Amino acid sequence: MAQGQMAPGIVAGRLSSDELAANFDDLHPAYAPHEAAVAADRCYFCYDAPCQTACPTEIDIPLFIRQIQTGHPEAAARTILEQNILGGMCARVCPTETLCEEACVREAAEGKPVEIGRLQRYATDTLMARGVHPFTRAASTGKRVAVVGAGPAGLACAHRLAMLGHDVVIHEARPKAGGLNEFGIAAYKATGGFAGAEVDWLLQIGGITVEQGSALGQGLTLDALRADYDAVFLSIGLAGVNALRAAGEDKAGVRDAVDFIAELRQADDLSALPVGRNVVVIGGGMTAIDAAVQSKLLGAENVTVAYRRSRAEMGASGFEQDLAASKGVRLMFNVMPVAVHGNGAAVEIELEYTTSAGGSVTGTGETVRLAADQVFKAIGQTLRGAPEGLELDGRKIKVEGAGRTSVPGVWAGGDCASGGEDLTVTAVAEGRDAAMDIHAQLSA
Amino acid sequence: MADLKTNFLGIESPNPFWLASAPPTDKEYNVRRAFEAGWGGVVWKTLGSEGPPVVNVNGPRYGAIYGADRRLLGLNNIELITDRPLETNLEEIARVKADYPDRAVIVSIMVPCEEAAWKAILPRVAETGADGIELNFGCPHGMSERGMGAAVGQVPEYIEMVTRWCKTHYDKPVIVKLTPNITDIRYPARAARNGGADAVSLINTISSITSVNLDNFSPEPSIDGKGSHGGYCGPAVKPIAMNMVAEIARDPETQGLPISGIGGVTTWRDAAEFMSLGCGTVQVCTAAMTYGFRVVEEMKSGLSQWMDEKGYTSVDDFIGRAVPNVTDWQYLNLNYVAKAKIDQDQCIKCGRCYAACEDTSHQAISMSEDRVFEVMDDECVACNLCVDVCPIEGCISMVPMQPGETDPRTGKVVQADYANWTTHPNNPMARAAE
Ligand SMILES: Cc1cc2nc3c(=O)[nH]c(=O)nc-3n(C[C@H](O)[C@H](O)[C@H](O)COP(=O)(O)OP(=O)(O)OC[C@H]3O[C@@H](n4cnc5c(N)ncnc54)[C@H](O)[C@@H]3O)c2cc1C
Ligand SMILES: Cc1cc2nc3c(=O)[nH]c(=O)nc-3n(C[C@H](O)[C@H](O)[C@H](O)COP(=O)(O)O)c2cc1C
Ligand code: SF4
Ligand code: SF4
Ligand code: SF4
Repeated sequence: MAQGQMAPGIVAGRLSSDELAANFDDLHPAYAPHEAAVAADRCYFCYDAPCQTACPTEIDIPLFIRQIQTGHPEAAARTILEQNILGGMCARVCPTETLCEEACVREAAEGKPVEIGRLQRYATDTLMARGVHPFTRAASTGKRVAVVGAGPAGLACAHRLAMLGHDVVIHEARPKAGGLNEFGIAAYKATGGFAGAEVDWLLQIGGITVEQGSALGQGLTLDALRADYDAVFLSIGLAGVNALRAAGEDKAGVRDAVDFIAELRQADDLSALPVGRNVVVIGGGMTAIDAAVQSKLLGAENVTVAYRRSRAEMGASGFEQDLAASKGVRLMFNVMPVAVHGNGAAVEIELEYTTSAGGSVTGTGETVRLAADQVFKAIGQTLRGAPEGLELDGRKIKVEGAGRTSVPGVWAGGDCASGGEDLTVTAVAEGRDAAMDIHAQLSA
Repeated sequence: MADLKTNFLGIESPNPFWLASAPPTDKEYNVRRAFEAGWGGVVWKTLGSEGPPVVNVNGPRYGAIYGADRRLLGLNNIELITDRPLETNLEEIARVKADYPDRAVIVSIMVPCEEAAWKAILPRVAETGADGIELNFGCPHGMSERGMGAAVGQVPEYIEMVTRWCKTHYDKPVIVKLTPNITDIRYPARAARNGGADAVSLINTISSITSVNLDNFSPEPSIDGKGSHGGYCGPAVKPIAMNMVAEIARDPETQGLPISGIGGVTTWRDAAEFMSLGCGTVQVCTAAMTYGFRVVEEMKSGLSQWMDEKGYTSVDDFIGRAVPNVTDWQYLNLNYVAKAKIDQDQCIKCGRCYAACEDTSHQAISMSEDRVFEVMDDECVACNLCVDVCPIEGCISMVPMQPGETDPRTGKVVQADYANWTTHPNNPMARAAE
């Protein structure tokens, strides 16, 4: 028997396995061929297409949609993957509503863009279902490149370098490759073990060795890498998390949202994963929304996202906000945590109302208490473990051009590097572009 | 609601929408339901001579061409005339006509090119009480190989001869249905008139291959790995049909010959266009085959609404109205100058106009960094291509220049008077304007 939503405290098995399976099913189910044909027919084959300009990896969207129209989804996939080797994951996780689909002229025409993301998934799924890898390696150059971190940026960089004939070793701290594709993305966006399958498929190119459990800063140094390899690409993401700075932050039941999500993503059996009855998520980005929605889907009774600024300032897109609301998550704006109350374990959270204007947040003095047996902190990730000697830009590794750091022979990209939004697709673009720059330098 | 009553050759029908001779009119069961659905008349599926009926293939007989969203734009068929016994059809025609005296019932006929064959069938058709006959000189496949259908329709002398036989052995109106599979439609039309035809109807289907199967290299529709040319119809053939209708309507030798327009009629608008080119009725086949009999509802309500808006009280008010405006290229006014204009409020910035104009040699549309598309009047030749490719109807319009204005492309002042190619200085054959 399932515990139900009302069971007090942080408990596992609130919902039955059937309910859990339904809740964590694909957010945007795959198109059947007929649906894909109907969706593809809507594309106008725009000139210098705005959707393509809006895509960080600049996929030739009108061309790939036309290839779907003419009955060649595999060719469409190739068009996609030439620009974005993680086109399969991006099709699932890109916030298309703020990227290609926002720019689609049919959004302007009738408020209903061509469903580019789902078409991209249709194409890439079709190709990957065949188990073939569409690219081959160029003749070996004899050059060796170290990539640190096997997230989207590292994988994209490694793949492009391998394709160009270089030998790549990826040093990855965790026991699995994929980065946040594997440990961070919401479960209902990448169902069926897709993240792992995509990594395996990507590695079919050959020439890439992944060394798991090999962490920079723990035995591995940048100097050693520079000595052993012809070039180094850093793609270590943002491994740290910001502190809440609220009284009672150390009470049981308070934890980082990313850890909770990672645990959820790795869980073999969701009914064994505990979740609170009253969950409060602090933050306003994609991580906050994902933690809240997934808590709700696990069976929490009340889930609230508490964000210290206004709705307009929220990092999560309108689509994400609507998704949360549709699952029954309550969104609270202009509230910040001041204390977590409870005798050892969290019972309530005290929030102070704020005004937010021009970047600064000021408490009004008025507070409110919410029942909270579980509190997730989702107030931003930070760079952790970046090697000494690299110039920083704010809180990220400073890069110029195609990911060049201040140290010769060392490139960086993805979340850990300055510039660009923290998105999977941006990480892929930066990894790819750095690879091209490394290649140019190594071939010079 | 405007009255759609139609009188064609003295045959009255409550509206000009007739079902063309084809599968929807092949049996009593269908025709009764068609009349209940509101069709003004039917041309019964073509009858052949007494004796064992023809046989059809036992595999696919239709092929198709699609537009976006699998909208059927063109249909092709390798079907023959009715494959039911003559006697059965005649009995059914008589019963239906008796029950629907206010609807037009025309019998389509195709028998061998011998007077005896026609002399034998015509009295039997007359006995049914049907309002007239249509001679099927059009079928491009199956029957033409047997010296019937298009084989007759392609030889004007035969048309004239057979038409004359029919006028001799039958009292009521004789309509000659023409095949479009011919170079100049005016010749068969003139032959029909010379033979005494009361009207022509056109077009029958166009010889065609709709597609080829790229696995077994058989044309579609494929019968056991082989295909045959079929007859093409549906929305895709409308432009061809309308041109042929107009040619007959304005040919001095056939001017005034009543026409029943056929080919791609799908909406009220198609019908109004055919009628404005001189058709007294229209016939519909593919639209009924695609959407069922009830499409006629929209055709009737649409036509009558348009007539109300225009103040027409009878279809005669607009039949033939476009005919005087169909002319030869050489008489078009070369002093008429227009420029494309893009309505920026409607533009969705797809850039299709730009790609079309840029790659079609005029290079008259500019594109800014922020995707504002504008027509450059000094390059625009007013070809209309941008209008045709723009996905937003009404976004680009053709604005005529006024006399006295200077065309920035040519530097010439727009003239108020009319001048055509026949007197143009570049025309080596120009007749000096005395
Ligand atoms: C919860 C959550 C949800 C998200 N949802 C979306 C979404 O829906 N759509 C979207 O586009 N983006 C989303 N993002 C953002 C997206 O996941 C990241 O922008 C993207 O993964 C960045 O890729 P990366 O390769 O730079 O870093 P990561 O994916 O973080 O990968 C970094 C890799 O480096 C490894 N590593 C770290 N330190 C070391 C070290 N010292 N030595 C060796 N290896 C190391 C890590 O283990 C990891 O494998 C989300 C992020 C989070 C946290
Ligand atoms: C399956 C099929 C069978 C047809 N059979 C006949 C026929 O027996 N006699 C005839 O005169 N026309 C026949 N036609 C031609 C139609 O009457 C009509 O002329 C032609 O289809 C063009 O009109 P549409 O575009 O409305 O279909 C047939 C057409 C089709 C599609
Ligand atoms: S903007 Fe929309 S319609 Fe235009 S090419 Fe891109 S997907 Fe197609
Ligand atoms: S009318 Fe023709 S020439 Fe003029 S802008 Fe349009 S496409 Fe170009
Ligand atoms: S084709 Fe039409 S909608 Fe597209 S850019 Fe040109 S004017 Fe605008």
